[in-house]
Amino acid sequence: MGELDSGLTAWMLVSASLVLLMTPGLALFYGGMVRGKAVLNMMMMSFGAMGLVGVIYVLWGWSMSYGEQSFGGLFANPFEQFGLGGGGVFTPEGEAIIEDGLPLIVDVGFQATFAIITVALISGALAERVKFGTWMVFSGLWVTLAFFPMAHMVWGGGLLSEDGPFAGIAEPVDFAGGTVVHINAGIAALVLALVVGKRRNFGREPMRPHNLPLVMLGAALLWFGWFGFNAGSAYGADGLAGLAWVNTATCAAAAILGWLVTEKIRDGHATSLGAASGIVAGLVAITPAAGSLTPVGSIILGLVAGALCALAVGLKYKFGYDDSLDVVGVHLVGGLVGTVLIGFLATDGGLFYGGGFELTLVQIIIAVVAMVLSAVVTLVIALALKATMGWRVSDEVEVGGIDLAVHGEAGYESLGGARVTTEVKA
Amino acid sequence: MKLVTGVIQPHRLDDVKSALEAAGIRGMTVSEASGYGRQRGHTEVYRGAEYTVDLIPKVRIEVLVDDEDATAVTEVIVGAAQTGKIGDGKVWVVPVDDVARVRTGEHGTAAL
Repeated sequence: MGELDSGLTAWMLVSASLVLLMTPGLALFYGGMVRGKAVLNMMMMSFGAMGLVGVIYVLWGWSMSYGEQSFGGLFANPFEQFGLGGGGVFTPEGEAIIEDGLPLIVDVGFQATFAIITVALISGALAERVKFGTWMVFSGLWVTLAFFPMAHMVWGGGLLSEDGPFAGIAEPVDFAGGTVVHINAGIAALVLALVVGKRRNFGREPMRPHNLPLVMLGAALLWFGWFGFNAGSAYGADGLAGLAWVNTATCAAAAILGWLVTEKIRDGHATSLGAASGIVAGLVAITPAAGSLTPVGSIILGLVAGALCALAVGLKYKFGYDDSLDVVGVHLVGGLVGTVLIGFLATDGGLFYGGGFELTLVQIIIAVVAMVLSAVVTLVIALALKATMGWRVSDEVEVGGIDLAVHGEAGYESLGGARVTTEVKA
Repeated sequence: MKLVTGVIQPHRLDDVKSALEAAGIRGMTVSEASGYGRQRGHTEVYRGAEYTVDLIPKVRIEVLVDDEDATAVTEVIVGAAQTGKIGDGKVWVVPVDDVARVRTGEHGTAAL
């Protein structure tokens, strides 16, 4: 039990609040990108994840991620600190345990927000066509079987951490969640898009974003929240947090430019959707790297991530998978770019700073291991749900609009059909 | 009586309205419409996916007139709406059997 660092504790409480705001931000970002008849369902997938994961995290999420009883470095015992008991977060007298100046209960809150947003990110692959109940069950299973183990492996001293077997080559770097959050969610989105299948008339019928101002508002809130995500992951109110903050701002800024230049050359227009997407691509890429790059290195990373993600979002049409809102093109590709380029751009051990290939190699290894594990777990859950609850709503519901059929609401007055109110029940 | 209907470029509406008023037309109905003719639609690109948008915003303007005024009103609309570019729209005239003014119950030309 150490001494409380009030500056650190205050900053971490702020950071946790910022990261929690990212999920409603994501709901706006995603909601604006779907057609108007599905905006509420799209947003509800994020809010549903907030509800369910927010509860699960304190029950067994923390214990599985940061508990002491690790099973082979893959995950920790969910029952050891179930409900934050077991003496891990509070003393038997009920006092908050302080570690390195920070009450662990504050860390519980901070980490819970990461679990929530990671699950919500996946929903972008499932726009307009998935049963809400199946999504909720998936959320609970996936966060338990894919997210908590990955958090344990990378941050909880497990397989992919600096205490794991690959650390012998070089110490793997994942500052704020390139593997745990973005590669994890990105590969899960790819697997789900393949298992769940395309929307009716995908690639034939226009599926235009119905509200780009919502998308831009969402991107702005994500950016704001991301300062908690990355600078908060410094676990200090100090220079490292400052570096992560500046790198986060710089990389996202450079990625806007990278994306806009790419689409201006390719499509002839610099678009608002491109700017919003570039912000997110840059934020994803800097996530694992925020603490180990110089701000100039962040510019390079942002330009590369913005350009590559702008090119990657077209792949779904080429390969015919309906990753509706480009979770793969932005989060998987951006996460991989950030995770691997650490090997080149890290000031400590990066190739461009006099290091060898070891860091790049270990970064590739942790990225590949994370992808394989997440893909396998996601595939098993997705197929099990397909065989039992089923993923898809009926064609009639999908075409008519999932909001009205599944949630009994319409996002906009004009989308409720021609309705004449005959009776009001109070 | 005739119903003169024009589907025109939205940015020409103000000029058409002024021209009709100058020609002594006292009422009209204007609604938003969408459609396409020979000009077809336009393309939009979202995250690299190109969409052809067939239906383009237009304005529909409708004027009820006496038989002998129909040609003149048509020419007024055409003259004021014309830009000479593809997509200017169309104006057509159809016969009307009867018209009733709701407030007074008058019928026929008295209701115009």
